[in-house]
Amino acid sequence: MLADLFDPAFADSVARIAVPILLASLGGAICHRAGVFNIALEGFILMGAFAAVLGTFMLGHVFWGVLSAILAGVFMGLLFAEFHLRRPGDAIVVSIALNLIGLGLTTYLLRAVLGVSGVFQDEALGKIIEINIPLIESLPVLGSFLSGQSILFYISIFLVFILHYIYSRHKLGFWMRAAGENPLALKTVGIKPAPVKLLALVLCGICCGLAGAQLSISNVSLFVENMSAGRGWIAVVIVLVTNGRPIPLLGLVLLFGFVDSLSLRLQGFGFPQQFTEMMPYIASLIALIFVSIRRIKDLVGMRGYDNG
Amino acid sequence: MTALSLFLILLLLLNLADANFFEASQAFLKSAFGGRKYAYLYVTISRCALITGMAIAALIAFRAGLINIGGEGQLVIGGFIAAFISIYSGVTGVAGITLAILSAMIGGGLWAVLAGLMKLKLGVPILVGTLLLNYPARYITSYFVSHPLRDVSSGMPQTHLLDKSLWLPFVEGTRLDIGFMFILIVYAFVLVYSYRTVPGYHAKMTGLSIEFAATSGINIFNTTLKTLAFSGAIAGLVGAIAVLGIHHRFTDGMLVQPLYAWTGIVAALLINLVPWAILPAGFFFASLTSGASGMERTADVPKEIAIIIQGIIILFVAARATSIASGSKKKEEGS
Repeated sequence: MLADLFDPAFADSVARIAVPILLASLGGAICHRAGVFNIALEGFILMGAFAAVLGTFMLGHVFWGVLSAILAGVFMGLLFAEFHLRRPGDAIVVSIALNLIGLGLTTYLLRAVLGVSGVFQDEALGKIIEINIPLIESLPVLGSFLSGQSILFYISIFLVFILHYIYSRHKLGFWMRAAGENPLALKTVGIKPAPVKLLALVLCGICCGLAGAQLSISNVSLFVENMSAGRGWIAVVIVLVTNGRPIPLLGLVLLFGFVDSLSLRLQGFGFPQQFTEMMPYIASLIALIFVSIRRIKDLVGMRGYDNG
Repeated sequence: MTALSLFLILLLLLNLADANFFEASQAFLKSAFGGRKYAYLYVTISRCALITGMAIAALIAFRAGLINIGGEGQLVIGGFIAAFISIYSGVTGVAGITLAILSAMIGGGLWAVLAGLMKLKLGVPILVGTLLLNYPARYITSYFVSHPLRDVSSGMPQTHLLDKSLWLPFVEGTRLDIGFMFILIVYAFVLVYSYRTVPGYHAKMTGLSIEFAATSGINIFNTTLKTLAFSGAIAGLVGAIAVLGIHHRFTDGMLVQPLYAWTGIVAALLINLVPWAILPAGFFFASLTSGASGMERTADVPKEIAIIIQGIIILFVAARATSIASGSKKKEEGS
């Protein structure tokens, strides 16, 4: 039975499930550490996923799809910045609005522009290039995890370490952390927190756009209404649990990929679909409880969220 | 300026769907308020009842500084329990309706209290706790109506139809069930609660400043749980009304897809948590949704235009108002 569970296809599915969540939670982490409470990741991802399909379909190549996804994410980030930074909108309210806009706009455009409701599928939609690494690909089980993934898999892993480096070694990282932890200190060295937060939102938009692209033109080649299906919320929880630190974040995301793939597998063994679909959320809750007991004080209260 | 940009966005969206503005607005008005024998108006009113109910549930929690965005889960649990009790308890008539509504309210209330306990005992932020509980609610009920409690003959994941004696009756001479009257009662009750009672005052005080409330001797633990129970119970009631008055059974996703809970939150935010204004806000969004369905039917404009407009309105409102939980300090966001 164990051999049935953990085969190369399983390792492959862990990676495929993990990439969108990893990218989205990296985006969330960047905002979190810069003191922007962005819980609109769901809407960001959805826009990215739709733009990826629309761009690929209209312009004929996956490259344009990825680029459109990035632009859509950045657009959402700028909207967030306009209403939360330039105007004094509450981050939670703005997030709720952007989640609604993401859901409404993608479904609307799916019908109005692509003329279908529910699912859009077309032969013209390709997939993001996948990379086979010689030698590593022949490793048992691990090979299908590390090799043959979309290029976004490697980019996202790279991003984790870059981000870790920036936060611990680079001036920009210090600024971005100060914007969240102590905006006043940032002001005293002559840096305004608002542009730093804007940068964080734009970077978050790029990450979430890529997360959407991975969902719609790499894991599959289609767009379904409300395709993000709660991944944005799971990313929010992962950010809160890891407090936005990149390396633990990577670990937790892989754990989630594992749990999710496992539950998909269990479906094959006759477990009801509803219970397996529920698993990621239960796992999030357990992870959150685990960390919260340790930091019982107040998770979010530790960072000073304000408009700076 | 705001109105102008909203109008321009609207025109752009309609243009994308190749729709004529006048045709679309005619369809909108007819479907929101008109129809043969005012049939559409009745739909708008019963939708208004559901949205207002969810808005009240959100408002009560927000005013106490509890960011309960898990109304959806509480609504689904309430609706499911109402259907379950109605079908399997064997009690019929008015007694059956009362039993179903009360159990739905208890179920919804307990679902919200669960998030409250996770906050108070384990430190899980209310915002995340309530939200994450939406998913188990959705999937557990989905499992029950897909397998053990499924009406196999219908071909859909849904329960059997309720006994006719449990259907909420229509108001004399109309096609409008009496569900909206329950919401009017709740509305009146909440007005008195918020403006005139001690528990309502304590809740508001906790929302304005939790430290001040605690220093004044208010039991934060009790206030939190009571307020959440109240909020969840109303969401449960809305679920029961939808089941007993409109659908007469529980279908998987029937309370999630129309975004009742999110629309309710949006309505509560639109009016900046002022209790008396919740009914007009609920009616506004109900008309918006009804009108959009009409545009979809006759002018071929996807009805999701209503969701987009809701989002945009809240963006502009957010830019003016400041905080989700009335006056609570920024630092406590998400707690």
